[in-house]
Amino acid sequence: MGATHLPATEFDGTGADDQLEAEAEAVLGKPAARMVQLLGPDGTLGGDPVFSKYAERLDAEKLRGFYADMAAIRRFDQEATALQRQGQLALWVPLTGQEAAQIGSGRASQPQDYIFPTYREHGVALTRNVDLAELLRQFRGVSNGGWNPKDTNFHLYTLVLAAQTPHAVGYAMGIQRDQKLAAANAAPDQPQEPKAAVMVYFGDGASSEGDVHESMVFASSYNAPVVFFCQNNHWAISVPSTVQTRVPLADRAKGYGFPGIRVDGNDVIAVHAVTEWALERAREGKGPVLIEAFTYRVGAHTTADDPTKYRGSDEEAQWRAKDPLERLEKYLRSGGLADEAFFAKVRADGDDLAAYVRRTTHDLETPDIRSAFANTYAEAHPLVAEELAWFEEYSAGFADEADGAAN
Amino acid sequence: MTTMTIAKAINEGLRATLNNNPRTLLMGEDIGPLGGVYRVTDGLIGEFGADRVVDTPLAESGIIGTAIGLALSGYLPVCEIQFDGFVFPGFNQITTQLAKMHSRSNGNLTVPVVIRIPYGGGIGSIEHHSESPEALFAHTAGLRIVTPSNPHDAYWMIQQAVDCQDPVIVFEPKRRYWLKGDVDTESPGASADPFKAHVLREGTDATVVAYGPLVPVALAAANAAAEDGRSVEVIDLRSISPIDFDTVTDSVKKTGRLIVAHEAPTFGGIGGEIAARVSERAFLSLEAPVIRVGGFHMPYPVAKVEEDYLPDIDRILEALDRAFAY
Repeated sequence: MGATHLPATEFDGTGADDQLEAEAEAVLGKPAARMVQLLGPDGTLGGDPVFSKYAERLDAEKLRGFYADMAAIRRFDQEATALQRQGQLALWVPLTGQEAAQIGSGRASQPQDYIFPTYREHGVALTRNVDLAELLRQFRGVSNGGWNPKDTNFHLYTLVLAAQTPHAVGYAMGIQRDQKLAAANAAPDQPQEPKAAVMVYFGDGASSEGDVHESMVFASSYNAPVVFFCQNNHWAISVPSTVQTRVPLADRAKGYGFPGIRVDGNDVIAVHAVTEWALERAREGKGPVLIEAFTYRVGAHTTADDPTKYRGSDEEAQWRAKDPLERLEKYLRSGGLADEAFFAKVRADGDDLAAYVRRTTHDLETPDIRSAFANTYAEAHPLVAEELAWFEEYSAGFADEADGAAN
Repeated sequence: MTTMTIAKAINEGLRATLNNNPRTLLMGEDIGPLGGVYRVTDGLIGEFGADRVVDTPLAESGIIGTAIGLALSGYLPVCEIQFDGFVFPGFNQITTQLAKMHSRSNGNLTVPVVIRIPYGGGIGSIEHHSESPEALFAHTAGLRIVTPSNPHDAYWMIQQAVDCQDPVIVFEPKRRYWLKGDVDTESPGASADPFKAHVLREGTDATVVAYGPLVPVALAAANAAAEDGRSVEVIDLRSISPIDFDTVTDSVKKTGRLIVAHEAPTFGGIGGEIAARVSERAFLSLEAPVIRVGGFHMPYPVAKVEEDYLPDIDRILEALDRAFAY
């Protein structure tokens, strides 16, 4: 297992072949052959002429870290699902099955990079040091964005599909201008700021939105340092990815004039390698890349969804056999890179994380609507002030009644 | 004091803000070597370069969306939407993203994006080039909307919009782009606050509120009414969100009659909002119902009949007659 093909990264006229592959995939239900994979489902590491050298940068400690991250976020996912079932969260958006796509890509980013997630990127949030309890604020209904993106360069979740993709390109255009301004103003021997890039997440469903198209046109036109990271998890709620596209999504990049790569999204080593390559390329000014992480949403779209109505359990079983955690565990154990004590500690840490999330979710403070008045505008606004004044007077009337009742 | 057109005043205002802040940049369709379809950005790409005067792909959602990203990274983008009727591909980005970013980030993020939109009819143009969609944006919390009626305001408003931390839409009265007037480039004077209405002409018997392209029409109607012995006060609203209800209410308390005129359809429009507020604040001062003069409930009609659609002097005078007859 683990044999790979180098993807076409420039115009090479393979579009017709891709069409045939897609049709074959639609019929056979199998992924197209042309996909970067390093760590196969059986836990053996293969080679790739381009990306193996990125994989070779990963020492045992980093690989154990990937496993620990994936296990932590899966445990978190289970806990959040339980909290929703207990009525503590209004909704939960599970990520189980997509751990490798998110941890592999998130760990390839650097602190100076800026990340625009959609709404399922809990694993990426973990890699950006977002407090996972803060992440639950949105789903508990106490905030529309529970963390300050300036602290972690991890933007708020965006729920209007693909709306964040042009934001990412604009941010990348800002980075280009920052670099020019810095170069123009820098003293000769001044140390350079580390170069930055932007990465934006979206899914196979969102790939049909016009904003993805427009953002890719802008990114290509201005050669913006942005990596488009598409998690193809095969289902947009109940609609299969074949309704969104009849060619591998990665191939769409050719139409915009930048490289597109399909990577096994359940192979954390390959995802990390491809993303590191793409981000380095973007930071060096070589322009955008589209990565399609070929993965699967093993669970429901949200806790309000019922996948049994639109897909068979055999399909889920097929994908569970490609589980991202199991294959890395096999590799770590067979190579002697991690012992039983390590896996025991990961389980214990997961329990601690779950307990922390349970405790803090119960304690998440309900905001005062006055904060919504305060944050609608950045500068003073007479209508907001007038409505707030009315609200205060109105609320004070109830306080009098309460006092009267108490007396 | 310099005399110039509204288009030139906006051009000079943009030049000033590009000079004053290295993080200001302009983006839009055809705004580079062409200088925009109305030449409002004429010459700016030559002075400031293509990184700061950015000809964009032809994609309004992309323009607004990338402007949001640029603002998040610390820049002050000024977007040009080529015509009023073409803003709607960007409507999602404006209403669901731009307007809400500050609020949903609990005040942590600001997105000081400026959107310039030439608006209104009266230029004999084809479909989608003559609309007044301001009410659709005024209904969205998080946005501010201003509209200049004269070159001095135009010169300062565009700079004030860039300086504002909130997103600001500047609706530019396209049929008045060539209207000339004095501009004091040294000081905004009475125009220091872009969100405050101006009483342009004092009167005692009725108030006419207008904004943007209808301000000269309202002034002409007031002059005509004066010949009939009616003293009409004229207010240039200047800001559509927020609305300076204090200035309007004070006027109505004095005159007792209010006409609100705009090109946009009256149903669900700014005039209805003003009428409702005034009835709440000055009900006992009113001698007559507030009367709206505006477009009909129809898509903007073909150019050959737009004169029948657009409010003009006679339509405002007819409304005044009704108010006095009540």
